Amino acid sequence: MIINHPLLGPRDAQEFTYLGDATLINRPDWQSENALNAFHDYLYLRDNPAGEHRELWYHEQGDRSWLVVTRNTMTHEILNVELAHDVAKAAAAERSAQ
Amino acid sequence: MRYSALRIFKEALTGHKGWTQQWRDAAPAESYDYVIIGGGGHGLSTAYYLAKEFGGARIAVLEKGWIGGGNVGRNTTIIRSNYLLDGNEPFYEFSLKLWENLEQDFNYNAMVSQRGILNLIHNDAQRDAARRRGNAMILNGSDAELLDTEGVRAMYPFLNFNDQRFPIQGGLLHRRGGTVRHDAVAWGYARGADMRGVDIIQNCEVTGFRIENGKVLGVDTTRGYIGAKKVGVTVAGSSSRVMAKAGMRLPIESHVLQAFVSEGLKPIIPGVITYGAGHFYCSQSDKGGLVFGGDIDMYNTYAQRGNLPVVEDVIESGMSLIPALGRARLLRSWGGVMDMSMDGSPFIDKTHIDGLYFNGGWCYGGFKATPASGYCFAHLLKTDRPHEVATAYRLDRFMSGNMIDEKGQGAQPNLH
Repeated sequence: MIINHPLLGPRDAQEFTYLGDATLINRPDWQSENALNAFHDYLYLRDNPAGEHRELWYHEQGDRSWLVVTRNTMTHEILNVELAHDVAKAAAAERSAQ
Repeated sequence: MRYSALRIFKEALTGHKGWTQQWRDAAPAESYDYVIIGGGGHGLSTAYYLAKEFGGARIAVLEKGWIGGGNVGRNTTIIRSNYLLDGNEPFYEFSLKLWENLEQDFNYNAMVSQRGILNLIHNDAQRDAARRRGNAMILNGSDAELLDTEGVRAMYPFLNFNDQRFPIQGGLLHRRGGTVRHDAVAWGYARGADMRGVDIIQNCEVTGFRIENGKVLGVDTTRGYIGAKKVGVTVAGSSSRVMAKAGMRLPIESHVLQAFVSEGLKPIIPGVITYGAGHFYCSQSDKGGLVFGGDIDMYNTYAQRGNLPVVEDVIESGMSLIPALGRARLLRSWGGVMDMSMDGSPFIDKTHIDGLYFNGGWCYGGFKATPASGYCFAHLLKTDRPHEVATAYRLDRFMSGNMIDEKGQGAQPNLH
C-alpha cells in the first residue's frame, strides 16, 4: 500500500505503524457522569466496518506525524489522507462552536 | 454409513458404487429450536455436539457460501494445549483431549497427528517464562518438557543454532501437540451433525435478526425468514458485520493473517517448530510442503489477502531460523481474516439480547479450539450456563476488568 502523505507525497505503508480507528482522537470527557461507560466503549469497542474505514497511521520511519487515512478494508484502496492534527483541530473547533 | 477398513475392502470389490453423499443439501424449514449462523469449523462442531451430547432437537446451520470455506480451510492446521493462564489452559487442554478422540468419535479420518510442538528459547528470560508456562501446562493436565540446546539439536540438527543475536538455547516441547487435516475436520463434523438430523443449509446468508422486546425470534436470510428459539453466531472473521445487524458493537477488529506453503519436499521437519526471536512457525504437511506463517498484517481488513512487507518479514524470520528454507521454492500464500479481540482471547457468551449467543474473537488461534469451542458453545446454548472450562470468555470482561491477556502485552490488537 502507498500512503499519499499530505506533506511528503506518496510513501510506502511500511514506513508507518498502524494504531486503529480514527475515533481514538475523540477522547471522552473524564468528568462526565457516564465516564466509565464512555471510556469502556472508547477503549475496547470498534465499529470494524467492511468498506470505508478512517484510521490512524503514524509515520514512524519518516516525519513522525500522525495521519488519518481513509481506506477501503475490502480492497485496501486508500481514498483520502489528512494530518491527524488538522482533523483534531477541526473537531475541537466544531465542539466549541456548539 | 459408517466408515471402516472393512467397508473400504467391500467397496473395492464392488467398484466403489456404494459410497453415498456425506451430508444432505437441506432446504430451510420454517423454524428451528437452534439456528447456528456460520458453517465453519466452530459452527459445525457446535451443531454436532449440540445434537450428540446435549440432545438438542431441530438444529440448523446457516452458511453464506459453502461449509468449511473460511478459516477452517485457511489455517496452518496446528493443535496444541500450551497456554499459561487459568482462563485459557483448561479450555485448550479440554480441546486437545477432544482432538485425541475425535476420529473415533465422529468416524472420519481427520489425520490427527500428534507430532509435537517445540517453542524455541533464545535467552534466560525466555527460559524462565518457558519453565513457568510448562509448569502451568502440567498443572492443568497437559504435558511439557524443557529441552536444552543439545536436546533441540538431537531433534532438529539443521536449525541455525549459532545466530549471533539469537542463539538457540533450548525449547519447550509439547509432545501431544501436532497437526490435523483441516478440511476433514469441517467435513467430519458436518457429516456427524447431518447423521444426527442437523440441517446444513448452504448459500443462505443471514441478512438480519428479528428482535422484539429484547428477545430474538428468528433470522432473515437470502432464503427467507427462519424462526428460532435460540440463535448462536459463529462467524469469526465477520463477527462485527453480523453482530452489527443485531445492533451490537464488539471488542474486535478484523485483521488478515497470511500463511505460506513450499513445494513438496522429502520429510525434513517431523514436528512443529516455533521461533522465539521472530514471529515464525513451521511444520511439514503429509504431502511434503513446508507450511509456515508469522505475524498479522497489522491493519484492519476484510480482504483475504495481505501485503508484501509481511511476506518479507515472515520469510526473513524463517531464513534466520532455518537457512535451508532458502533452497525451497514458495508454492503459494494466502490470507485469512481474523477476529482480533482486544486482549487476544475469545468469547463464548450470551449477549444482552435473549436467545442470541455469540462465539468469536478467536484471533489467530481458532483452529485448535474447534472441538472445545463447539462443545462449550453447545453447552451454553442448551443450558444457558457456560461450560466449566469456558467461564472466562465473557463479553463484559473489559468492563469488569477480567481480561485474559495471555501474552501480557496489553489490551489492543496491534500489541499481540
